[in-house]
Amino acid sequence: MSSDYEFSDNEGEYYDSDEMMDDYQNDEDEEMEGDKYNNHNHNNNNMNDDDYDYTNDDDFRIPTKSKSKSYQVEYTSLTQSLVEKSMKEEVDHVSGIFGVEPSTATLLLRHLGWNKERLIDKYMENPTQILVDSGCQVPETIPSPSSSHSVDDKSSSSSRRATRSSSKLLLLSSSITSPSRSSSAQKKISSTSDSSMTFTCPICYDDSPSLIALSLTCAHSACSGCWTAYAISKIRDEGEHCIRCMTEGCAVVAPDEFIHRVLRDDDDGKDLEGRFEELVVRGFVASNPKLKFCPYPGCTNTVSCPSAASKSVLSMLVPIVSCGARGIPSSSQNPTSTSLSTATNTSSAHTKEHIFCFGCPIESDHRPVICAVARLWMKKCEDDSETANWIKSNTKECSQCQSTIEKNGGCNHMTCKKCRYEFCWVCMGPWSEHGTAWYSCNRYDEKGGVEARDAQSRSRASLERYLHYYNRWANHEQSTKLSLDLYAKTEKKMTDMQITSSLTWIEVQFMKKAVEALEKCRETLKWTYAMGYYLGRGNEKELFEDNQRDLERAVEDLAELLEGGGVEMEKEKENVGGLRQRITDKTVYVQKRNEIMLEDTAIGFQDGRWKWNVGVDGFEEPIEDFGGVV
Amino acid sequence: MRLCIPISLIGCSSCTQNEKRIIKETERLVADPAPGITASPHDDNLRYFDVTIQGPEGSPFQNGVFNLELFLPEEYPMAPPKVRFLTKIYHPNIDKLGRICLDILKDKWSPALQIRTVLLSVQALLSAPNPDDPLATDVAKHYKENEEDAQRVSREWTEKYANINKGVN
Repeated sequence: MSSDYEFSDNEGEYYDSDEMMDDYQNDEDEEMEGDKYNNHNHNNNNMNDDDYDYTNDDDFRIPTKSKSKSYQVEYTSLTQSLVEKSMKEEVDHVSGIFGVEPSTATLLLRHLGWNKERLIDKYMENPTQILVDSGCQVPETIPSPSSSHSVDDKSSSSSRRATRSSSKLLLLSSSITSPSRSSSAQKKISSTSDSSMTFTCPICYDDSPSLIALSLTCAHSACSGCWTAYAISKIRDEGEHCIRCMTEGCAVVAPDEFIHRVLRDDDDGKDLEGRFEELVVRGFVASNPKLKFCPYPGCTNTVSCPSAASKSVLSMLVPIVSCGARGIPSSSQNPTSTSLSTATNTSSAHTKEHIFCFGCPIESDHRPVICAVARLWMKKCEDDSETANWIKSNTKECSQCQSTIEKNGGCNHMTCKKCRYEFCWVCMGPWSEHGTAWYSCNRYDEKGGVEARDAQSRSRASLERYLHYYNRWANHEQSTKLSLDLYAKTEKKMTDMQITSSLTWIEVQFMKKAVEALEKCRETLKWTYAMGYYLGRGNEKELFEDNQRDLERAVEDLAELLEGGGVEMEKEKENVGGLRQRITDKTVYVQKRNEIMLEDTAIGFQDGRWKWNVGVDGFEEPIEDFGGVV
Repeated sequence: MRLCIPISLIGCSSCTQNEKRIIKETERLVADPAPGITASPHDDNLRYFDVTIQGPEGSPFQNGVFNLELFLPEEYPMAPPKVRFLTKIYHPNIDKLGRICLDILKDKWSPALQIRTVLLSVQALLSAPNPDDPLATDVAKHYKENEEDAQRVSREWTEKYANINKGVN
């Protein structure tokens, strides 16, 4: 991660493997569980020695590169399978403590938003209650035939023992008993009493003898076909992973293996198994403040960023992270295979890296400005920019009451509708001073007119000020968008260059690097204008603007060189080497300026150096008031 | 499920499953109607029902007969039926367009519920308006602030729009 801004010809391949490094588990250990957790892991490894997942544990745990720049945050990208692994560890831990089946532990944890401490408290308080609430077990007051069965089996055991079987898959089969289905977690119940004759599914009213009836612990049976259709509709249409019994008012939740079993019966359902897994992972990620799901469409990676987990640190740092993947898959691939390895071979296709902010919903790199201020700015731009432009070009303010007035016809003798002030539209002075000089305003020097214009300009200043920042912000945004075209053009140039000159593929990479640097720096520049707008006046701001100016100048120089470079190159083909040198130098310089800009602002946030002219959460009161900020 | 269906029908297995349930439900509705409720399917569309519900005794809707339409979507019974009042009614949970705010028609839907149970729930809603969870906010406000007066209006509307003797909709 730390090498994002370095310039070297051989960057690329190996960074991604660095980014894969996983310190997620280490953080968990240190911050949440301490020794207890470590011990548990240890036990697990012993118990599951034959389980390949666990024997390979250490391969995933390579320490992350320590952060080197103050504008970067430490984070780790996790693939879906890694998140599933840590989920499984939590589940195993809980199931070990309580002595319940892992599937029961899963439902318990999900019910309490994966808050293990709370779960342990609640379980110690009243295990039955929490088992009922989480949908593992039916309430005691309404004993159902199947739960009495499972209790009968070990009637002497405590209620906790009874719950061990609570989430087992019960197969009620009227005619065909399918023994192949019975795994360790399943339990067959020989057909008894009422269901022995014919089973009619209460959902589809089918009563054919070959029907397979399935039920959860609540013993509300339905045919497997209905279960499949139900699970599909819940997962596909509602994005729900907590799937309850179909019977009205029954709160029992289907364990994961049950869902997989019914999904496998159907072709559509098979496709949804991956979606189901993803929903489960999303639920886990959403409940953990240290994790965030990659917001890019089709991506199933998760980023772990413990240093940005609390809201309060967001006034000190800008947690820009990347899940490591690039591009947007055209078709949904196998979710686990959208892994980091795909990110390495992007040399040909310029696909956007999945960069996003861990602290807010902005899906781009909004450094150097912090989330709260970036949000303020985005909102202001959404609300104001077009309106402000129109107001600026079409209206003036009454110099008495400051109402905004549009002159849509008539003479220059204006009467304010609000305060009845009469004035001249041209000089903004009071009409009384104009005497009878209708339609001609020759009184520029009149005292009243000067004062009125002063007032006018003061109230306009804030608008002008906003538009100054907005136009530059929008300009850089536009240029960033255009850089896609530039990229395509550059690729062509690179190919041409290989043909016309003696340079090899590796040697023309400088063009690509330059375009990438340009794009990155424009992004930074763009947000410096958002920051500049809200920065309070003072020396700090002047220094900030100096840095901004230097960066902007460097960026524009490089852009000029790249855009105009083609023509030049045609002229002096023999001098490609010189061009290469100049572009490389400029690129390095631009990156250095960008570095300085980001570094300086980031340190400023850590030192609390920046003061705002508006109220921002986590900062002191604004140091100056712009009053008329539109 | 699949196993029991002839090869020729496999492509349409879910469809026959739906149809079967709809036919059975309709048979039962006709053979054993719920008190105060009628539901009859259209001849050309078995998924579209004309429904009438009698206003429950003791409610402001007493003596009224309300017309409703009920439609079973393609996904039924995995998705809830769509139900709407055709007769104007002054009720905090039913809006101007006749749409009904009822949990079992939304997120609390369960495939085990049926047309009959849905209509019984609608009937029960007439007996027990719930102004705390309103759809028609003005009516709900009226009900909360002055229940007696609101019930008077409900009675008037019932008399005016749901009176079977006058035959006005």
